[in-house]
Amino acid sequence: MRALYHFHGGIHPPSNKTQSTLLGIAPAPLPSRLIVPFHQHAGEAAKPLVHAGEKVLKGQLIGLPDGFISSAVHAPTSGTIAAIDMQPVAHPSGLPNLCATLIPDGKEEWIPLKVIDYHSLSPAELQQLLRMAGVVGLGGAAFPTDIKLRIGKQKINTLILNAAECEPYITCDDMLMRERAAEIVQGAEMLRFMVDAGEVLVGIEDNKPEAITAMQQAVTDSGMPFEVVSIPTIYPGGGAKQLIRVLTGLEVPSGKLPTDIGVQCFNVATTYSAYRALAHGEPLLSRIVTVTGNVRQARNYEVLIGTPINELVALSEVLPDSNSYIMGGPMMGLPLPTVHVPVIKATNCIIAASEKLFPPPPPALPCIRCTRCVEVCPAELQPQDLYWFAKARDFGKAQAFSLFDCIECGACSYVCPSHIPLVQYYRFAKSEIHAREKEKQTADSARERHEFHLHRIEREKQEKAEKLAAKERAAQAAKSGTTGSAAPNEATDIEVRRAHIRELAQSHVEHSKE
Amino acid sequence: MAALFSPFISKPDNVAQIMLRVLLALLPGIALYVWYFGPAILVSITLASITALVTEALMLRLRDRPVMPFLKDNSALLTAWLLALSIPPLAPWWLVVVGTAFAIAIAKQLYGGLGNNPFNPAMVGYAVLIISFPMQMTHWVAPRGLEQGGLVMAELSFAEQLQYIFLAALPQGVTLDAITMATPLDTLKTHLHLEESVQQILNMPIYGQIAGHGSEMVAWGFLFGGLYLFASRIISWHIPVAYLVTLFAIAGIFHLVDPTHYVAPLFHWFSGAAMLGAFFILTDPVSSPTTNKGRLIYAAGAALLTYMIRTFGGFPDGVAFATLLMNISVPLIVLYTQPKVFGKKSKEGKP
Repeated sequence: MRALYHFHGGIHPPSNKTQSTLLGIAPAPLPSRLIVPFHQHAGEAAKPLVHAGEKVLKGQLIGLPDGFISSAVHAPTSGTIAAIDMQPVAHPSGLPNLCATLIPDGKEEWIPLKVIDYHSLSPAELQQLLRMAGVVGLGGAAFPTDIKLRIGKQKINTLILNAAECEPYITCDDMLMRERAAEIVQGAEMLRFMVDAGEVLVGIEDNKPEAITAMQQAVTDSGMPFEVVSIPTIYPGGGAKQLIRVLTGLEVPSGKLPTDIGVQCFNVATTYSAYRALAHGEPLLSRIVTVTGNVRQARNYEVLIGTPINELVALSEVLPDSNSYIMGGPMMGLPLPTVHVPVIKATNCIIAASEKLFPPPPPALPCIRCTRCVEVCPAELQPQDLYWFAKARDFGKAQAFSLFDCIECGACSYVCPSHIPLVQYYRFAKSEIHAREKEKQTADSARERHEFHLHRIEREKQEKAEKLAAKERAAQAAKSGTTGSAAPNEATDIEVRRAHIRELAQSHVEHSKE
Repeated sequence: MAALFSPFISKPDNVAQIMLRVLLALLPGIALYVWYFGPAILVSITLASITALVTEALMLRLRDRPVMPFLKDNSALLTAWLLALSIPPLAPWWLVVVGTAFAIAIAKQLYGGLGNNPFNPAMVGYAVLIISFPMQMTHWVAPRGLEQGGLVMAELSFAEQLQYIFLAALPQGVTLDAITMATPLDTLKTHLHLEESVQQILNMPIYGQIAGHGSEMVAWGFLFGGLYLFASRIISWHIPVAYLVTLFAIAGIFHLVDPTHYVAPLFHWFSGAAMLGAFFILTDPVSSPTTNKGRLIYAAGAALLTYMIRTFGGFPDGVAFATLLMNISVPLIVLYTQPKVFGKKSKEGKP
């Protein structure tokens, strides 16, 4: 047995996982239409490659990665692109986003698939393949996997497969491990190869004994020296920093990445998708989604990306008193603006909510500084102080009290006897700070421009005066006079600075667009 | 529509329940109080409770705040009970009313109400009374069955107690001195001034096994209730343990050096408001530090001040002033005892 470590705090909310694990993963039928957003990952949106009316094949690239942190988007099935336009999507901002609407032709006609031997390719080539296959983190953050694999000069000692799945209700990783453990293990070996990790640990919370057995069996069968570790069930044990702490005892320094301490984490579903992409050439077209909550039959489905959530939840028969839907778990999930938004790569769970299942919180009372939030905070913050600073808009103090180390797990709000929506205050403070920084940058560049403008006027005056003096001098020493060689140099210098200013002005426009 | 943001679930707990459990934890102490000193204390608790609720409601009205959610949070009742338990049960009715009203209106609501008071409201109320009405604050009832000067002290019936509280009228032939006495702490102080030794003084009938006859048992009741608060995780161990250990240590040092002038540490534990303070007053979350290290410093400071005021000061007990003085220092203590955040513990990120 591996010696496990503890992280501070944590809570034990009712898990509500059994109801969706009674039946195996079912393939969701082809929906009437698919709405595929071009921006479903962290970073820049993909650039559309298709136009309305175009016929596409299953797996065809329809969105090209655009920018360093970006990922590809594919047609989830064969059919016709009906529209490329703004559609409502699941995003905290509630704003619509550019999507391709695809009407399936029902033929499921694939693009020709290339099977590759990953050992014959370099890690960099494999990373490019993953990028073009649209593989992103499926744990919820949808961060492009290829970026996380670009380690640079750092040495990775430990590769961790995150299978903690600590949020209540969600069971998609659990079921994936029960049914497809062998493929996950193969994927883990591919990822290990790419980061050249010494050891591979699979962290699974001990409330998933079937998954643990399945993964252990798969590891034994594969002959890989991986270790499946049963970790205590405690929320948020699946937070990357918390899981790293539990498995290795290491603490990821504030503001640093796990790779800085020789660790990298991947979610099991991501690992599975990486395997499909590299071993079968299949881009990321579908994922496992838990449909649970106020439904007749909670279950996990293999769902095409872009499937409208109303069609997905209908498979589980939503009970009539449901009044809203949550994407993700009840601790960190996102309330959906409408049930007509599509499943995206980050969609791990859809919970049908009712007044009875999630009663609205009673009106908040003032904070009585009981510090229950401090006791449960996995980041070891002082949530009651952060709340106070956020409320008073004292953002400097909030930052000094490590606001940005908050992982927004919601444990503080969960235990608060005054029912204060604490996390919402932290989100507010963080977004305000970001907005102010952006404003400051814009102001700074404007000031620089202005200062340079003044500087230029001053210099032009000087130059004029110098030229005049030079002329006079030249006139005086008529025959032997030569002009200085400094002037052309200065002119190019001005050109460079002008280019720089144009660039700044451009970025200013981009900022204001956002 | 469910809530607009996560988390969508929460622990079924609320402020009112926490306060209610603290009130329940006071019951063993109150029961013993009634057993030894008669039911008068129930009258002052009731008076204080009514005054607290009425004052709270009026102030919330004046401050244009919702009245019912705050009246139902039980925090005003807790202030009322703690104040009632700190003043003599036979005190005139208006004393209780003035003290409680001041505590709620000035010390709590004027500072912003629940969660915003820098000082413990009950202790502010107590301080106002002891400074403004020192005479009335000495009307401590003698415990039942107490002999003084060879005579069993008079005992008032409940009706007679009520009559005295509300009308200041005593039954014929009974003097105030026959039913009230100085507290064990006060008696000790007075007699030490008369050049008597601690040993001589403790032989007086008002003293029991450890401290004051009767009052030591009430202290046991509060200790018992306090352990319940700890067991139900409403308070952490830091404040009670730091307070009692420090009080024991400093009292122990003085006692070891000069046992004829300085009473044993256990006497301090079971006298006055030490137990009530350790578990119920100093642990008030609003006016105490939020960091564990801060709680240790705060409670140790309060213990030191309690001992100083009791031993060298002019007031009968030191818990109230010790609490208020430490309340002032809370922001500073909290600022200098901030724990390290996860990820900032060491440069290498090692555990």
